[in-house]
Amino acid sequence: MDAKLKKLVTDPLFDSNPISIQILGICSALAVTTSMNTALLMCVALTVVTALSSAAISAIREHVPTAIRIIVQMIIIASLVIITDQVLKAFAYDTSKQLSVFVGLIITNCIVMGRAEGFAMANPPKESFWDGVGNGFGYSIILMTLAAFREFFGSGSLFGIKIMPLINDGGWYIPNGMMLLPPSAFFLIGIFIWVQRSLQPKSVEKADFTIHESGHAGHGHAEAK
Amino acid sequence: MSMIKKYLDLPNDSTSKTIFVATALCLLCSVIVSVAAVGLRPAQEANKLLDKRKNIIQIGGLSQPGKSVDELFEGIEARVVNLDTGEYADDMDAGTYDQRKAEKDPTLSDALSDDPASIKRREKFATVYLVKEGDVVKRVILPVRGYGLWSTLRGFVAIDGDANTIAGLGFYEHAETPGLGGEVDNPNWKAKWPGKLAFNESGDLSIEVIKGSVGSTTPNAEHKVDGLAGATLTSRGVSNLLQFWLGEQGFGPYLNNLRT
Repeated sequence: MDAKLKKLVTDPLFDSNPISIQILGICSALAVTTSMNTALLMCVALTVVTALSSAAISAIREHVPTAIRIIVQMIIIASLVIITDQVLKAFAYDTSKQLSVFVGLIITNCIVMGRAEGFAMANPPKESFWDGVGNGFGYSIILMTLAAFREFFGSGSLFGIKIMPLINDGGWYIPNGMMLLPPSAFFLIGIFIWVQRSLQPKSVEKADFTIHESGHAGHGHAEAK
Repeated sequence: MSMIKKYLDLPNDSTSKTIFVATALCLLCSVIVSVAAVGLRPAQEANKLLDKRKNIIQIGGLSQPGKSVDELFEGIEARVVNLDTGEYADDMDAGTYDQRKAEKDPTLSDALSDDPASIKRREKFATVYLVKEGDVVKRVILPVRGYGLWSTLRGFVAIDGDANTIAGLGFYEHAETPGLGGEVDNPNWKAKWPGKLAFNESGDLSIEVIKGSVGSTTPNAEHKVDGLAGATLTSRGVSNLLQFWLGEQGFGPYLNNLRT
């Protein structure tokens, strides 16, 4: 794989991570990260859909009328998502039951749409495919880290394997119930974003406008979506 | 072929090309999706059935190590029961009767006025699962459902042949808060159910989930089960759905028939 393709895959892992830098795809990151098993399946599903939809959209990009381009992208993405959902129901039934509607909601995942509109429409299929893979991996890194924190502190286990015996089961660990609820993912993602921007100041966007600071007034950095 | 090429050569924003691209893409995608859906259906149906059987076996306390779900299920007989009379409806086939569909079907269900389990409608027929030893019914596994805090809890309650001793309770579908109401899935809590008695000596339905825990000094401890800490509404929901489904509006008549 040449350097350019490699960069397409590695860049979204950290430097332009879809969740922590582009702030996309947050909704599913909240919903499916209570356990690592479900998060892993979601990551695989999203990576496959992003890679294939980007490749497919890129392949027909020269024939897509601009007036209906978003609908064309949606049809391709939706078809791939339905197929993914059907495959999961057939071969990974238990986990797909836990993922319930969230596989279907990949259709509206901003990352998939974002890569289709922002990259695949302007680049050849091979590059688009790897760009989709890279962004899928970037999403997966954040999701798996989130899930690891939430499952470890919320249920005392990783990948369903007990690490800290819970007090309910006669052990010593009192689980942190908040970790099992969606807001905890918000806090964790917030912390990730904060850590990453502190380590890597270049990823902090320029403020759109500055607030006149009088005395000890707060920081006038506008968060860009 | 030449026609397709003719369309592809049109300028992208012309009306005919827009219509051509939209139609061709929709056709192609729908063919792919239908092939996937139809091709994978047998595997999905098999998964669903296996999942249901697994639940019935687990909740009925019938699991044996080293035996597959299908092997264990061979000893279980599915029958359709008429809930109003409590008799078996022999003209209905348990293999094809879809109770879940019947819940909403106005010809197969009735609206409830007295509705402690908050299920709005009750179907006229229910599929029950019998574990028999020879001709004697050793255990029945009955479908139950009711509203908790966020969701309808769907599960089974297993009752011994005396139509009184509970052998197990469990839910295969719910969306209660993980860690709180979701603890209905906790094996330790489920283990509190076997051995509890649904009816007292005078034949009144007295099973309930109480707030707090059942100790040795609790009166009528044999009818009471610990509530889930931090999940008052889910616990109440479980209590209510048992009151409903084991009561006169639910399997009461059937359990009466079973007893005699």
